[in-house]
Amino acid sequence: MTTRNMIPGLAKGMWITLKTLFKRVPTVQYPLEKEIPVPRARGVIALDTEACTVCMLCSRECPDWCIYIEGHKEEQPPSKPGGRPRTRATLDRFDIDYALCMYCGICVEVCPFDALFWSPEFEYSEYGISEMLHDKDRLTDWLATVPDPPALES
Amino acid sequence: MIVVLAIGFWAGLALKIGIMAAIVPVVALPIIFAELKLSAHMQHRIGPYFAGGRYGWAQPLADGLKFFQKEDLVPDAADKMVYKLAPYLVLGAAMAVFVVIPFGPDLIGRDLDLGVFYALAISSISTIGVLIAGWSSGNKYSLIGGLRAAAQLIAYELPLFLAVVGVVIQAQTMSMIGIIDAQAEYQLFGLEIAGNAIAIPYVFPQFIGFVIFYIAALAELSRTPFDMPIAESELVMGYLTEYSGFRFAVFFIGEYIGIFTMSAIMATLWLGGYDPLFFDLSGLNDIAANAIGALVLFGKVAILVFLMIWMRWTFPRFREDQLQDLAWRILIPLGLANIAVTAFFKVVF
Repeated sequence: MTTRNMIPGLAKGMWITLKTLFKRVPTVQYPLEKEIPVPRARGVIALDTEACTVCMLCSRECPDWCIYIEGHKEEQPPSKPGGRPRTRATLDRFDIDYALCMYCGICVEVCPFDALFWSPEFEYSEYGISEMLHDKDRLTDWLATVPDPPALES
Repeated sequence: MIVVLAIGFWAGLALKIGIMAAIVPVVALPIIFAELKLSAHMQHRIGPYFAGGRYGWAQPLADGLKFFQKEDLVPDAADKMVYKLAPYLVLGAAMAVFVVIPFGPDLIGRDLDLGVFYALAISSISTIGVLIAGWSSGNKYSLIGGLRAAAQLIAYELPLFLAVVGVVIQAQTMSMIGIIDAQAEYQLFGLEIAGNAIAIPYVFPQFIGFVIFYIAALAELSRTPFDMPIAESELVMGYLTEYSGFRFAVFFIGEYIGIFTMSAIMATLWLGGYDPLFFDLSGLNDIAANAIGALVLFGKVAILVFLMIWMRWTFPRFREDQLQDLAWRILIPLGLANIAVTAFFKVVF
């Protein structure tokens, strides 16, 4: 018969809903209250232009090629009189297209001069897809939100 | 109703109807709100949050306003007059039960000698409302829903009445006030606290009857796990499919008033009604006794309503054959056995 032995099952279900009734609701009312992301959250990538040497490694390693870099070389006067003039790479353009970026973090891993950093900021949605392209200045602005690196293990 | 007696029959009647019309929707709103909020928390949600400033307390009112501004659609294939009449039949039947619900020693529409009989008979009229709503909508889902409702409500009417018979035999009266008084005097094993005998509500001696009535009441109200008539996943919305706007709101309010009246009947027959049980109301003056009585009744109703909401958001829906199986093969034999045992003890002791 279908109705035999259904009492324990019913009681179990009732107990679960009662327990859930008195649990704290995990909902966060987003615009009014914000969840604090963990410090190492992959929110947005920040750029330190001083450290960048225009080596293009990040651009080449990027799986979906969302990093656009342009640069040129500048001649610098020799450090000593009579010496050889030095060349220095200068960054003209550094764009990351967040419409393409898949937040894999390979660019941050691969950068040999520590010019790219993860920042936990996440509120940079836009109305147009073209506005998801962050240029050099915007990427540099994110640098202020980068948390301090975790302490080294002794 | 001392005031009412002083102003004559027709004026008193008008006053009573006015009070009922004002109170009844107000009774439904907190139950709707409780349903929204409790269901949300049982599903790990917050539920209504912004309406009314805090806790979303105005959500039922906002929903009501939304219904008012919607278009009142009548399908071409509908039997127009019957279609328009159906929601008011359901609401009217639900409201008419209020006549015999005792909120206090004097706060009763009319203490009929056949109070219980009247309440159950009049609440069955809403079945006809549901059936004609399903029939007149000109929609196959509505029709299936209406017929399911009819089959279900007829099946569960029997255990509902059989469960009440046990109480009526024990109390030897069908008057609602009479049953409450009988419970106030009823004692089991001579239990006492400080020389005062403890009144035992009928839920203890008539526990089987109470359980049968509770299950049958859930089915009468078409609430989960007995909501096949409106089964969303099968029948769109059953007999409510074609209704919109104000008529849908009337059905909706009728449903929640039905929950209140069924709970109030249960509280009266099995839980002692307005009688707080552990002390005597007759020692107080009229106003205090009626106020406390109403609060006690609302408290008991709140417990029963909470149980209904809790069950609704826990249990899955029965299948149609399981529903009939439960009514005809378990509840009705159990109800008959309950009557026989009650009658036996009534005669022997």
